[in-house]
Amino acid sequence: MQTLLLRTVAPYFTALMVLFSIFILLRGHNEPGGGFIGGLLAASAFAIFGIAAGVSAVRRALRFHPLSIAGFGLFLGTVAGIPSLFAGVPFMTGLWVYPVIGGIEIPLSTVLVFDIGVYLVVVGSVTSIALALEEGERR
Amino acid sequence: MFSTDPVIMLLILGLPFLAALLAPTAVRIFGALAGWLLAAFPAIIFLQILGLSDVISAGGAVRGGVEWVPSLNVELSYLFDGLSFVFGLLVTGIGTLVVIYAGGYLKGHPQQGRFFSFLFLFMGAMLGLVAADNLYALFVLWEMTSITSFLLIGFGNQRAASRRAALQALIITGGGGLILMAGIVTLHMITGEASLTGVLASGDVLRESPLYLLAFLLVLGGCFTKSAQFPLHFWLPNAMEAPTPVSAYLHSATMVKAGVYLLMRLNPVMGETALWETVLPIFGGTTLLVGTFLAVRQTDLKLMLAYTTVASLGLLVMLTGWGTEKAIEGAVLYLVAHSLFKGCLFMVAGTIDHEAGTRDVTKLAGLRKVMPITFVAACLAALSMGGLPFFYGFMAKEEMYYGLLGADWSFLILAVAILGNALMLVIGAAVALKPMLGDKPDHLSKAHEGPAALWLGPIVLSVLGVIGALFSGATHELISSPMASAVYGEAVSVKILGFPTYWSTPLALSIVTIALGIALFTQIDRLRAVMTSLLNTIGWGPDKGFDQAVTGLVRLAHGITSSLQTGRLETYMVVTFVFVALCLWVPLTLGGEMPDWPVFAALQFHVWAIIALAVVGLIAVVNAKSRLNAIISLGIQGFAVALIFMLFGAPDLSFTQFMVETLSVVILALAMTKLSLTPSDHRGWGQFVLDGSIALACGAGLTIVLIAATAGPFNTNLSEFFTEYSRIIAHGRNIVNVIIVDYRGTDTLGEIGVVVITGLAIHALIRIRAAKVRAVEGDEAAADLADNGLPADLTAQTEGAR
Repeated sequence: MQTLLLRTVAPYFTALMVLFSIFILLRGHNEPGGGFIGGLLAASAFAIFGIAAGVSAVRRALRFHPLSIAGFGLFLGTVAGIPSLFAGVPFMTGLWVYPVIGGIEIPLSTVLVFDIGVYLVVVGSVTSIALALEEGERR
Repeated sequence: MFSTDPVIMLLILGLPFLAALLAPTAVRIFGALAGWLLAAFPAIIFLQILGLSDVISAGGAVRGGVEWVPSLNVELSYLFDGLSFVFGLLVTGIGTLVVIYAGGYLKGHPQQGRFFSFLFLFMGAMLGLVAADNLYALFVLWEMTSITSFLLIGFGNQRAASRRAALQALIITGGGGLILMAGIVTLHMITGEASLTGVLASGDVLRESPLYLLAFLLVLGGCFTKSAQFPLHFWLPNAMEAPTPVSAYLHSATMVKAGVYLLMRLNPVMGETALWETVLPIFGGTTLLVGTFLAVRQTDLKLMLAYTTVASLGLLVMLTGWGTEKAIEGAVLYLVAHSLFKGCLFMVAGTIDHEAGTRDVTKLAGLRKVMPITFVAACLAALSMGGLPFFYGFMAKEEMYYGLLGADWSFLILAVAILGNALMLVIGAAVALKPMLGDKPDHLSKAHEGPAALWLGPIVLSVLGVIGALFSGATHELISSPMASAVYGEAVSVKILGFPTYWSTPLALSIVTIALGIALFTQIDRLRAVMTSLLNTIGWGPDKGFDQAVTGLVRLAHGITSSLQTGRLETYMVVTFVFVALCLWVPLTLGGEMPDWPVFAALQFHVWAIIALAVVGLIAVVNAKSRLNAIISLGIQGFAVALIFMLFGAPDLSFTQFMVETLSVVILALAMTKLSLTPSDHRGWGQFVLDGSIALACGAGLTIVLIAATAGPFNTNLSEFFTEYSRIIAHGRNIVNVIIVDYRGTDTLGEIGVVVITGLAIHALIRIRAAKVRAVEGDEAAADLADNGLPADLTAQTEGAR
């Protein structure tokens, strides 16, 4: 399926989709979106890039093995629960801080860290499966 | 020595675990000296426990502890009364000597540090087991001794025999431990107490309970496996695969006595019933005889000792079951005597093996001149084992004969005891004298006395066996009386002297035993020949039975697996969806919850259009000739559903549906291209109709369930709660996301864990298949990987799926 058209457009397309997936991830707490959907979006971006430009190109672009990314996501998700233990509240209770950076109040929370973990897990696992399948197809 | 504050006490009891942590480093830094240094850990604990002697001798007990899991009645609490006091001294005292011995025995072994770690882990577990007051803590430590014993038996894991022995011991003692856990739960249920202190104070509650039989059988299941009672004795001789320090420590002096310990511990509340007084002596007596007979047949020093250990454990169980005051005193005396002489003899056997290069008794002779210290130790221990006057073993034998006299079955049980003891003398003499006396053959010219680390342990233990008998008053005050009182349940005072002072029936029986023993010893070669031919005639033993049972189990599992996991994807699909249909239909019809046909609201034109789109997609799926077309058509239907979600106010759901739909089309297409895209629907009409009916049943079932679910009044409590509070409490307006990452965050954590594991599994499966493809193309290394990385039936399964 390596048509010239797809191969030319794919990098820009993928970059846009990944950017959009991060946007979806970050806005998820208030608008439709979140880590899970964002993760699926990014994973389909990588899958499409893989179809267009080949698996090795995706692997190079990702730098890390998709499963490492998934593992790191799981780690992040677990770590997000830990501050709550020190705050004397039950595990995984969301904690919020509101630093003001450049005059804008930015709400940050352990919940956001957790959502990023979910995002990475979904991206990593699904991309890993898709890439492994694409790799097999090309033999 | 130190304070008896509970926390300090627990820290001291936990010292072996610290030693286990430090041991590898200590070996690396101090080399051969490490054994001597590490021995300080058990020595400190020994002194600390010895420091409790004032309280114990006065008939008291030392208790304390901290909570562990209060909601489950589990606490780290200890109880030191006469019984656990003596066991504690044995575990740490012999432990000290064994650590020193192991320092010499495994000198220069590349994994000596690991060995010490395992040994200390065991020591900590065993010490905890005998000290534990809480039943559940006792169970945990009980299983921990099984696991550490597994590690130690399998220490020489390059040898298949060693691995088999380790696994066998783990299966039997670990399995017995699980039975014991059920027993402990039963004890807890009956008495309502989770501590030994509480159980022991419960009086006749256990004996009078209707569940007594159950508790009895379960406790016995644990004790008999651990203490190697016939017919589950065979793991113990096999465990001789372990390095000799392990045999001396675990498989004679300490761990195998855990079962006896628990029987003794529970004797005050479970004993004195007809069941107890029948079953225990029968099993114990049988084990005693079987053990001694099998010991006679062996020529390997360690195996001879191992079978007499089995016999001794039988003797202890028999005496505990007999249950009279004197029998208990005999058991208590014998337990200590056995730990002293058997620990010593094992170390002697190890030293001979280490210095002479063999432990086959027929190849050994004349070592007394080159190994004088070991010779003295061996003789003293053997005399104690034979029960001669002025030795600890004599007191034990006299007292047990006192105890066994004067009941209905005395004649029989005494005959068993006398024969067993006589054969024990035979083996003791054979182990101690055969390698030492006579002329030294040429192949032993290099044999010499071992270093101090190797003879210190034997000599200390064997001399203690003499001192204990000579100063019997002090021995009884410190050891025997408190221990016997704890086992008997009432204060008893042991009086027996270490040598005869007047004529009595037990003395006569002793003389008979010794005379019989000496007579048999002169005929030992003939006895061995008789036993060997007898066993060859039988040809089958529980050890073989164990192998047959394991093989049978594996066959059974394989049979079940291969009949359930046929490897045909179609079968899996049919089973899965038939079950789904049943789950949907059965509750509806049986529960009479068939919904009425609902009144649908009038739909607008564009909604109808979307529904039509979904239907078109469906028709296309069913009619598609090529798989790729089918997958894409399925995508059409999915997108139509996503649009419907969007129209009815579920943007999150719709968004997710879009993404999932896209990805499943991509992944399905990729997977299908790997399999085959050519139309290959080989199903006949009959199969087609059947599959179609299953599909329709599932679809219609789901529809009806949904109608039934939406027909009832909608409970708005949850949605109102989330609408009201998600902004206030969780700082988010997107309720779905707030639920996922905040309210039910821990659930999500578990779910993403599952996602990662699924990803890993699929990745591995695809990789294995890719390796097989390469193998077909001639890549040898990949072929090995594929063959070894995958069990045969799984290979068949992946091939079937293709």
